[in-house]
Amino acid sequence: MRDCYIHSVVSISAQNTFPNEDFLLDVIKYNAKKIQAVYPNYKDFISPVVTRRMQTGVKMGVVAANKALQIAKLNEPDAIITGTGMGCITDTEKFLNSIIDNDETYLTPTSFIQSTHNTVGAQIALGLKCNNYNNTYTHGSLSFESALIDAQLLLQEQGARHVLVGGIDELGTEFVDYVQMIEANKNKGIGVPFSEGATFTVLSTEKKENAIKLQDIITISEASKEELILKLEDFLALNNMDVKAIDAIILGDNGDMYDDYYEHITISLFSNASQIKYKHLSGEFHTASAFAFWLGINVLQKQHIPAEVLKNSGENKSIKTLLLYNQCKGKDHSFILLKT
Amino acid sequence: MQNEQTNKNIVPRVVVTGMGIISAIGNSVEANKKALLASKSGIGPISKINTIHAERIKVGEVIFSNDELVSQLQLPEDNNFTRTALLGLFAAKEAVENAEILDINSYKTGLISSTTVGGMDKTEQHLKQFSSSSESQKYISSHHAGDSTKKIAKYLGVNEFSTTMSTACSSATNAIMLGARLIKAGKLERVIVGGTDALAKFTINGFKTLMILSEDVCQPFDEHRKGLNLGEGAAYLVLESEKIAKKEGKSIMAYISGYANANDAFHQTASSENGQGAYLAMQKALNLAQLKPKQIDYINAHGTATPNNDLSESIAIKRVFGNDIPDFSSTKGYTGHTLAAAGAVEAVYSVLALQEQTAFPNLNFKSKINETGLIPVTEIKKKPIHHVLSNSFGFGGNCSALILSKE
Repeated sequence: MRDCYIHSVVSISAQNTFPNEDFLLDVIKYNAKKIQAVYPNYKDFISPVVTRRMQTGVKMGVVAANKALQIAKLNEPDAIITGTGMGCITDTEKFLNSIIDNDETYLTPTSFIQSTHNTVGAQIALGLKCNNYNNTYTHGSLSFESALIDAQLLLQEQGARHVLVGGIDELGTEFVDYVQMIEANKNKGIGVPFSEGATFTVLSTEKKENAIKLQDIITISEASKEELILKLEDFLALNNMDVKAIDAIILGDNGDMYDDYYEHITISLFSNASQIKYKHLSGEFHTASAFAFWLGINVLQKQHIPAEVLKNSGENKSIKTLLLYNQCKGKDHSFILLKT
Repeated sequence: MQNEQTNKNIVPRVVVTGMGIISAIGNSVEANKKALLASKSGIGPISKINTIHAERIKVGEVIFSNDELVSQLQLPEDNNFTRTALLGLFAAKEAVENAEILDINSYKTGLISSTTVGGMDKTEQHLKQFSSSSESQKYISSHHAGDSTKKIAKYLGVNEFSTTMSTACSSATNAIMLGARLIKAGKLERVIVGGTDALAKFTINGFKTLMILSEDVCQPFDEHRKGLNLGEGAAYLVLESEKIAKKEGKSIMAYISGYANANDAFHQTASSENGQGAYLAMQKALNLAQLKPKQIDYINAHGTATPNNDLSESIAIKRVFGNDIPDFSSTKGYTGHTLAAAGAVEAVYSVLALQEQTAFPNLNFKSKINETGLIPVTEIKKKPIHHVLSNSFGFGGNCSALILSKE
């Protein structure tokens, strides 16, 4: 089976990650319930004529994708695969509200046209004039992971050599408030702010110097905590590893009652590994785990865990193998293995 | 995901062992087959959605109401299933039963579904009550497109791999394609693939603003076509590796012999003049299936009956097949355009074409398109059919093609 190497990773998030000059040295701390991403200067990458009608998610996605391609020195990827939990929710809300407010009259098509989930992938293809494989996943908090699985498969099938993969979600203006309202009424609902972001990566079969390897990825829709441990051990065994091989683990703690899944996994299997948390910095959204992917690659490349994300220091000074674990409400578990 | 195949040299063939469908022409595979063979369209006036456009559109509605679906599926009354989820579950359940699967976990089984607007049918009814009404609030979590898939997976007991695709009107074809690839790679042994979409004011008004909804029954590939009829429905296929299907003594309905995905990279909603994306998808699918164009016996075309799609698709078909155009038809005149579900609905019809050795008629066709001169099959045509090509194209330039074979 062919290996998957990561040739670039770019993230637009609530932190200043897009320039990524100081790797989370100066983090931004938020008190708000909803936080916008730190937007790049879009016109450095795309013409204002093109971005004029684009909503936040599409702009973030197209720009993060462009930069990821630039860093990887790639003009035309063999595939463009995106994942998004809520899709183009701003345009969806806009079109929906004009239907309701105007009783189905005086509607214009722009927001409808741009409301489809595949808009980001389509706009990237359009910008590059890229006729190659193009796909979009939208499966809650497994949206980015599904896109990664497809990319890994394409590379292994030898159907592609270089694949552009991204996870995108925008805050929107209305739906997010309803979701937060539900969370606030819960006993121990999500405690971190809600946010947005776009993370893009170029995966390749070509081994480059210092390139981090995407060793493997698995998603599990439903499992008890006990089953999860067994499935994770099987997953590591399939990759010829045991739990001791994991030097650091990145956990998706968001302050809700299901954080005990993370605790259970770490106490049971990874008490010696460094533990990293990030959602207090990135905020929560369906593709927040793509931020963790960006973080994991940077930790491995820089051999440094920024203080603001370090939960517990592990025994190993050098970090060779890193595991990402995310879940949503005790369901939709994902494990991603990254290696130097 | 890890490859569990022991012998990596043998790539398993992927077979269809079960199908389920609910559409405007029937609530089962059998009912759909009967309507297809009787040239009986399901398109008519809209009855389940209160829209100001009711007098000026025709749609392909599923006959069952939500209450009837809930009762058929024996769901609790206080459920938060959207119509998209109800239709999806109804069809997926038939597919699993049809494949005679008694224990879903006897093999490593996945679910790959697809939808365009997910739970929009409920969201648009409840949006303005979300902040105040507790009865409405249960539909907040059912809005996102992954919700229907998760409900179907839970009901069927698929606990490991499941995902949702959304590439507009090519979605379900991409779901079928991913399923076949995962089986070939040895990552799954069995997978339920397809798509679901319910009619919604959102899509009715969306297509209305684009001025591509026909006031009358749609006329795919006709010179005087005036646009599409929206439809709703869901369809799923059970795919298995040939080895397991044979071991279990299953009847093999069809082989998935080719598939491809390409992007037109031309415009967010319009297809290019030379149908580049469609051409590439068909050509690559033929290459993968190792088939020559002349071996295709029937094309179930995308054929939405919009001026743009049918012309672009006709040109792409001519580019692939030259002067030797196979029998082709669009079945949108039966079901309307079921958006994300269309690729699976038409994959089921393609399997039926293989089983019945029949090319289904393209309803409402009168005169050929001047630029291309192509004439679809207009009456039931019995003939030897070994390979069927099914096309699905969507907004965002997403073009996919699938080839189903008898052997």
